Amino acid sequence: MQNDAQSQIVVDALVKRFGSFAAVDGVSFEVGRGEVMGFIGPNGAGKSTLIRILCGLLRPSAGRALVAGIDVAQDPEGVRRRIGYMSQKFSLYSDMSVVENLRFFGGIYGVSRADIGARLRFAVDMAGLTGREDALVATLAGGWKQRLALGAAILHRPAILFLDEPTSGVDPSSRRRFWELIHTLAQDGVSILVSTHYMDEAEYCHRVALINRGRLIALGTPLELRQHALAGELLAIEGNSLGDVMAQIRQAPGVLDVAMFGSALHALVDQAALRSPELLQLLSSTGRTNVRVHRIEPSLEDSFVHLVSASAAVAGALA
Amino acid sequence: MSVTAAAMIEVSALEKRFGSLQAVADLSFSVQAGEIFGLVGPDGAGKTTTLRMLASVMQPDAGSIVIDGIDVLALPEQAKRHVSYMPQRFGLYEDLTVDENIRFYADLFEMPRQVWRERADAMLAAANMTPFRQRLAGLLSGGMKQKLGLVCSLVHTPRVLLLDEPTTGVDPLSRREFWQILYSLRAEGVAMLISTAYLDEAERCDRLALLNAGRVMYCDTPAGLKARMPGAMLEIIAADPRQLLDFVRTLPGVQGVLLVGIGVHVHVDAPQRLSQIEAALATKGMAVTTIALVEPTIEDLFVALLEQASSMEKT
Repeated sequence: MQNDAQSQIVVDALVKRFGSFAAVDGVSFEVGRGEVMGFIGPNGAGKSTLIRILCGLLRPSAGRALVAGIDVAQDPEGVRRRIGYMSQKFSLYSDMSVVENLRFFGGIYGVSRADIGARLRFAVDMAGLTGREDALVATLAGGWKQRLALGAAILHRPAILFLDEPTSGVDPSSRRRFWELIHTLAQDGVSILVSTHYMDEAEYCHRVALINRGRLIALGTPLELRQHALAGELLAIEGNSLGDVMAQIRQAPGVLDVAMFGSALHALVDQAALRSPELLQLLSSTGRTNVRVHRIEPSLEDSFVHLVSASAAVAGALA
Repeated sequence: MSVTAAAMIEVSALEKRFGSLQAVADLSFSVQAGEIFGLVGPDGAGKTTTLRMLASVMQPDAGSIVIDGIDVLALPEQAKRHVSYMPQRFGLYEDLTVDENIRFYADLFEMPRQVWRERADAMLAAANMTPFRQRLAGLLSGGMKQKLGLVCSLVHTPRVLLLDEPTTGVDPLSRREFWQILYSLRAEGVAMLISTAYLDEAERCDRLALLNAGRVMYCDTPAGLKARMPGAMLEIIAADPRQLLDFVRTLPGVQGVLLVGIGVHVHVDAPQRLSQIEAALATKGMAVTTIALVEPTIEDLFVALLEQASSMEKT
């Protein structure tokens, strides 16, 4: 996945300005054939703008983006023929049936008459809608709609698939089935770029790009991001009514941050082995004896929150 | 959260039918003051219907709802004064500013200016929204809209807060801030009922009810629920996860396999399957980087319990 010949998406110093605002501000990365790349970042970080540029829908202000070897600024039409795109809104017609929707999208994507029959069967099968071809889309539950929208996005066998928050508001069982489909497509060589707010989903990706204020602030496997993002170690503190001691724990030596998590506290400390007995002592001095302090592995969400806050602090210091 | 205290929300034998569809069936649970209670379940499990009935915007067919000692079915207007309901799409006025939206909801509930002003200042600060008070609500990001919706729902200091999937489409940082506000309400003794389809969020609740087809399947703390996981979860990391998936699926004791980025998660009927699967992989000559037991997430549990329920229906 390293060289240009293998990369299906090459983004090089890409910039998109709206007036004086840089929505995308010098982003570079590559996505290999059959790779699932996750895009995570706060609302308004520039994820959707980036995806729209890569789909040939928006012209970049500077830099270069190649999709399937085609420059998006020079031949957006050529790019659109080779990609599939699915947004959080699913863009299906509620008052049309399953098969009518697929025929409609087949027409838009220019699927030939010879191929359309087989592609429709494939999409209906994949969505698990066999036997319900004539059902109105309005009558389908969220998970079915989502898989149908995915089926519509890949009717023309695109080499690259862009998914913009495809699972918003879909239940867990359906999301799992959806992700199985994504991985099946990836194994067949389709490159997939997917944006999400859900860190459990980011864990399913091969690599994850974290975007904040138009910049790429971290890129790596979920494991790398979890292990190297935090400038410290995490302790979980379990016990009763811990909310009252949060302020004291925040002041304790070696404690970098503390947050409530369910009925527990999570504390970021410089050294877990050193601080854990100290915190236990602090807690028992407040009369809390039935507490447990133990080291936990940071989650991807911990890394996300830390990296985004750190980059905001840097931006604040420079401003 | 003392066990002897009367519950803030007491739901018993609640029923709701839409034509031939039983949306809510014999639903009972209670929520204490200062407790965050999660309703989780697939689409159509009855989460939204339940919240609507509690908010007295929908009439149940049978059963009772008592909120803070008030019978909601008999005295809906009286109950409403203590309850705040934040639907999936909260009604913000997009052409009003953040401050104007808050004032609108405060006036609606006839709150004294001094009281809601102080409260709004504190909550906007906790939500990191103080710099945006003069911004039009229509120009806020999705995360900020949800946080503003929460602030508006809370200006009249309700004792019960009902939240229907409040963080759908909200980024992790805003979601954390959102939850920090919920935790501070918990400390004030507010009882909260929150529905969610995202199970990492369910882990943040004090107790959870797993709903399916309008009924409570299980109700417990997140830790208590995880202890009910039938069998165990294995994580196998390998160079070719799909080949692995196809093979592992055929092995005895395997109840479900999920492809993740760099490997698979396998739900097995017993932890002892680990060594059997390891041996089977070796015999087949499949290279594996690591294979280990992992702690199930609430989501693993949820999927496993639902699969169990649907296979019991079939037999």
